[in-house]
Amino acid sequence: MSLTAHSAADLLRDLAARKVSSVELVNAYAERIRRLDGQIKAFLHVDFDAALARAKEIDGRRAAGKPVGKLGGLPVAIKDVLCTQGIKTTCASKILQNFVPPYDATVVRKLKEADAVILGKTNMDEFAMGGSTENSAYFKTTNPWDTSRVPGGSSGGAAACLAAGMAPLSIGTDTGGSIRQPAAFCGVTGIKPTYGRVSRYGLVAFASSLDQIGPLGRSAEDCALLLEAIAGHDPRDSTSADLPVPEYAKSVSQPLAGLKLGLVREYFGKGLDSEIEAAVREAVKVYQSLGATVKELSMPHSKYGIATYYIIAPSEASSNLARYDGVHYGYRTDEKAMLDELAAEQKKYEAENNTKKLADLDTPLIRLYRKTRAEGFGPEVKRRIMLGTYTLSAGYYDAYYLKALKVRRLIRQDYDRAFEEVDFLVGPTTPNPAFKLGEKTDDPLAMYLEDLYTVTLNLAGLGGISLPCGFTKSGLPIGLQLQCRPFDEERLLRAAAMYQRATDWHTKRPTIGGKE
Amino acid sequence: MSLTRADVEKVSLLGRLRLSEAELDTMTTQLTRVVGYVEQLREVNTDGIQPMAHAVEMHNVFRDDALAPSLPRDAALANAPKRDSECYRVPAVLGE
Repeated sequence: MSLTAHSAADLLRDLAARKVSSVELVNAYAERIRRLDGQIKAFLHVDFDAALARAKEIDGRRAAGKPVGKLGGLPVAIKDVLCTQGIKTTCASKILQNFVPPYDATVVRKLKEADAVILGKTNMDEFAMGGSTENSAYFKTTNPWDTSRVPGGSSGGAAACLAAGMAPLSIGTDTGGSIRQPAAFCGVTGIKPTYGRVSRYGLVAFASSLDQIGPLGRSAEDCALLLEAIAGHDPRDSTSADLPVPEYAKSVSQPLAGLKLGLVREYFGKGLDSEIEAAVREAVKVYQSLGATVKELSMPHSKYGIATYYIIAPSEASSNLARYDGVHYGYRTDEKAMLDELAAEQKKYEAENNTKKLADLDTPLIRLYRKTRAEGFGPEVKRRIMLGTYTLSAGYYDAYYLKALKVRRLIRQDYDRAFEEVDFLVGPTTPNPAFKLGEKTDDPLAMYLEDLYTVTLNLAGLGGISLPCGFTKSGLPIGLQLQCRPFDEERLLRAAAMYQRATDWHTKRPTIGGKE
Repeated sequence: MSLTRADVEKVSLLGRLRLSEAELDTMTTQLTRVVGYVEQLREVNTDGIQPMAHAVEMHNVFRDDALAPSLPRDAALANAPKRDSECYRVPAVLGE
């Protein structure tokens, strides 16, 4: 068995025991990336020289008996939506193609302090908007289980690099399911922590009231390691929770007694793939065999999740993305061509004596903004800016945005009621397994509807995890979702690890690249 | 309700996007479908429900009013598409 086949937790033990060095690990993953990433295309940017230099420094420190951080030389991949000082951060957008952040995101700083070795930046849907990574302005990532299919998104590169054994740990972000859905599609484990658990400082904002950074790994134990390293209060993010961070890595192996699981009736309705339903019901039986009791309950507002989400998220996005103006950073349209175009239009309207068109003509600064953004953003980002601008505009604000905020509270109240009776909600992460590349790109609404099991958690601001619980007949991974009370990640991880000790779905690997 | 092409054109100005004729057509069709879908929220009774803008409803998070270093100007300007030694440069706003 090669190094890249091991779990991060095992590798960390071997690093601490000096059975393996960080340099050897970086070399092993670099070799797989060189061999497989031409097919998977999970990474937008890699820097093996920098990773090796860093690994060497950590190995040296360990050899000298000096203190080494919690991640002790483990390589980690970072979604290209987190600012990395001196390393290009593009959000998979053309508008940020040359953006080099002047500072590190808090999560990146914490990873460095924990002595993680950054392997590279992973591909994603542009500005994290999408569920297939097909909205990247650079290239499409493929699913290691079937390269004709999508890896999910928006953290598609983050999940695919794990599934293909190109990294042992990966950082993603989740605004409406962007960690859990690709984790489900790629057969890995991923957590969306409670809103506020992890600092968002230096995370390029999509929808600020929903965005949360979280870990992806090959097991709950690996996710526990990574979450412990990145969680915690940050004075630079006033929405981050001022709460102590539990020792997730230590407690994750302790089982939970008297577990009460809630089976939400609405999660098993029309539209759910029958193989996924069977796998999820089987997983519930595993929990029962481990002593859990199961209660069926109703979340009457969950069916409004998508409609609520696709008002709130684009509204926040349209405001957050106003910063891409071609002035402060990023792409700017050709200024001379823009001024020439404007002059030609003015001349034309003057000749036609078209006073209406002349009065409406953009000023040079407005035209600079509009052309820069038209050329710099891809179709999905434009669609969401348009949608959000519309739902926030005068005359529509009450009917759409304000209404959605009220339904959001009703969705949260459904959760609060459910958690009075049970510890976790259990269900499928996605209604369908990974779909074919190109299958849904022409129908944005069809793509949005795939998010029905994940968006409500972000709206309510709670925590959730997706873990592998089987395969379809055609060999595609199936994800089981557990959702928890606010800041209950410690027990969430323990519940997930309990299942993973009783099953081996999370140890299955795609055949790509041969046996690891 | 259905969005008109004129609505979409107006929103594109508010959103500071310049859409091509073809994009305006596609966007009108697609936005109409999505807006039509989200209108199902009308059937939800929200009388007396307070809007929930944020998952963690914290208010007034204060910090000490202490001086700390901020991003140096050159670092802040480093990514600007057009700049001089101390400012971002934009096309003339007030005419020639």
